[in-house]
Amino acid sequence: MLEAVRKDNVMIMEAPTLAGRQREDVQIKVEGVQKRFGSAEDTVTALKDINLEISDGEFVCLLGPSGCGKSTLLNAIAGFSPPTEGRITVDGKDVVAPGPDRGMVFQEYALFPWMTVRQNIAFGLELQKRPLAEIDERTETLMHKLKLQDFRDRFPKDLSGGMRQRVAIARVLALNSPIMLMDEPFGALDALTRRSLQDELLRIWAELKKTIIFVTHSIDESIYLADRIIVMTYRPGTVKADVRVEIERPRDSTRAEFNDLKKYLTSLVMKEQERFAEDEGKLAGLRG
Amino acid sequence: MSKRTLTEKGGRLFRATIIPITVLVVWQAFSSAHILSPIILPGPLAVIQKWWAYLLPPLPRNPLTDSWLSWALSGELPLDAFASFQRVIVGFLIGAGLALPLGLLMGANDKIYRLFNPLIEVLRPIPPIAYIPLAILWFGLGNPPAYFLISIGAFFPMLLNTIAGVRHVDGIYIRAARNLGVNQYQMFVRVILPAATPYILSGARIGMGTAFIVVIVAEMIAVNSGLGFRILEAREYFWSDKIIAGMFTIGFLGLGIDTVMTRINNHLLRWHRGIDA
Repeated sequence: MLEAVRKDNVMIMEAPTLAGRQREDVQIKVEGVQKRFGSAEDTVTALKDINLEISDGEFVCLLGPSGCGKSTLLNAIAGFSPPTEGRITVDGKDVVAPGPDRGMVFQEYALFPWMTVRQNIAFGLELQKRPLAEIDERTETLMHKLKLQDFRDRFPKDLSGGMRQRVAIARVLALNSPIMLMDEPFGALDALTRRSLQDELLRIWAELKKTIIFVTHSIDESIYLADRIIVMTYRPGTVKADVRVEIERPRDSTRAEFNDLKKYLTSLVMKEQERFAEDEGKLAGLRG
Repeated sequence: MSKRTLTEKGGRLFRATIIPITVLVVWQAFSSAHILSPIILPGPLAVIQKWWAYLLPPLPRNPLTDSWLSWALSGELPLDAFASFQRVIVGFLIGAGLALPLGLLMGANDKIYRLFNPLIEVLRPIPPIAYIPLAILWFGLGNPPAYFLISIGAFFPMLLNTIAGVRHVDGIYIRAARNLGVNQYQMFVRVILPAATPYILSGARIGMGTAFIVVIVAEMIAVNSGLGFRILEAREYFWSDKIIAGMFTIGFLGLGIDTVMTRINNHLLRWHRGIDA
């Protein structure tokens, strides 16, 4: 199976081989990260022994079933919830708090409902007290880039899910942050909207050379988007596999190489999914 | 306008007025039949007549001293309504004006919340009416005790809603704002405050309703003008028609204030999804 995948121009490295590799352009470094929740008697280890190096400009997907800690890891990198042990650095500096150098796009959009589209996008720049002319220019450019110019004075409640997520992306792009963190951003969208936003994201990524860490539980989405897919195990969350996707973009989900990789990833993810389902069953049994 | 929308409008008007008109007709028939003495229940026509007399200026206009406007508003009813309205506004502004900053502080800061909450929990169940004896002892008669009582009526709903509003700000907005790089001051002014406005405004509306109840009671006891004073005074002369005319005036004034509050709310909350969406 692994052999077949390799032949099709896809290189797969199991996690341990990666740890020893030295790279020069490392931007985000996760070292020995553990995260535990709960009290002393009743702890859940959400993350265990996570070691990752992410390079400048890389598009990385964190893939795994519910409860594998992929959002926990993303939140730790964002600075919302520091790890219990270990260290996360961005450009050599420790992550201690959230900040505009790591813009985050949430699944629930998290737009400010009392602000119009324009005000939402301009908010981050206003916080930095940039000159008005600059704020205007940047928000205009971004609204055009994300096809929001006709909605500038609408409130989020009057927008579709896809539109809202465009605003959320524009709001993060306005910060000009080198890193974009995305927590299942397209999870709540219908298939067609999702596809068009994926394409838009790829276009933006290619143009602006951002580093993107993208959490998803969709195998197709991860193959379609990522340079590199980190498959995580279910509780405790560890890195199960670190897969480099070397299929040329735009990627075609009907091609054999796409499918081979999908088969491989599915077998990895489904093993974790079964463990998740078992736990759920146990919990249901306890409750019943 | 097409015929169809006209009939629709007619239908809506019909549905809105059918019950009130029926009540008025039955009421008039009842009083015309002389079953009850007009002192117990005067008919609606008598009430309307009295209301009209109560509304009109008592003296002919003196062109030298009166403008048309001041003359037109020199009737007892406009003066009473204005006196009550002015007390509601002043009392509300004092009560809500004190409750808002305290509520914001208590909502945002747990230490301050724990410091003040026990006292508030004890004072809150005391109805504003129960402060009347103290109000008169402290402030005597006239407007000051009325302002005091009304501000207490407006204070608690405003305070509790402001605290709840600040405490219930959805964590996702806080996270998003921190991610975008807000400092503490910006977080409060640009995120927490606007996110809490639906609660704060509904507190203001409830507070205004309470203030309106309290003003009538306060006027029955502590002052010599206003709608509350007038209906109590009318009772002493057995002018039931004037009592009822005064009550309806209170009803319409309350409705008017609430309508304006709702308009302001709807404008300030035009971004808000509302319960039905």
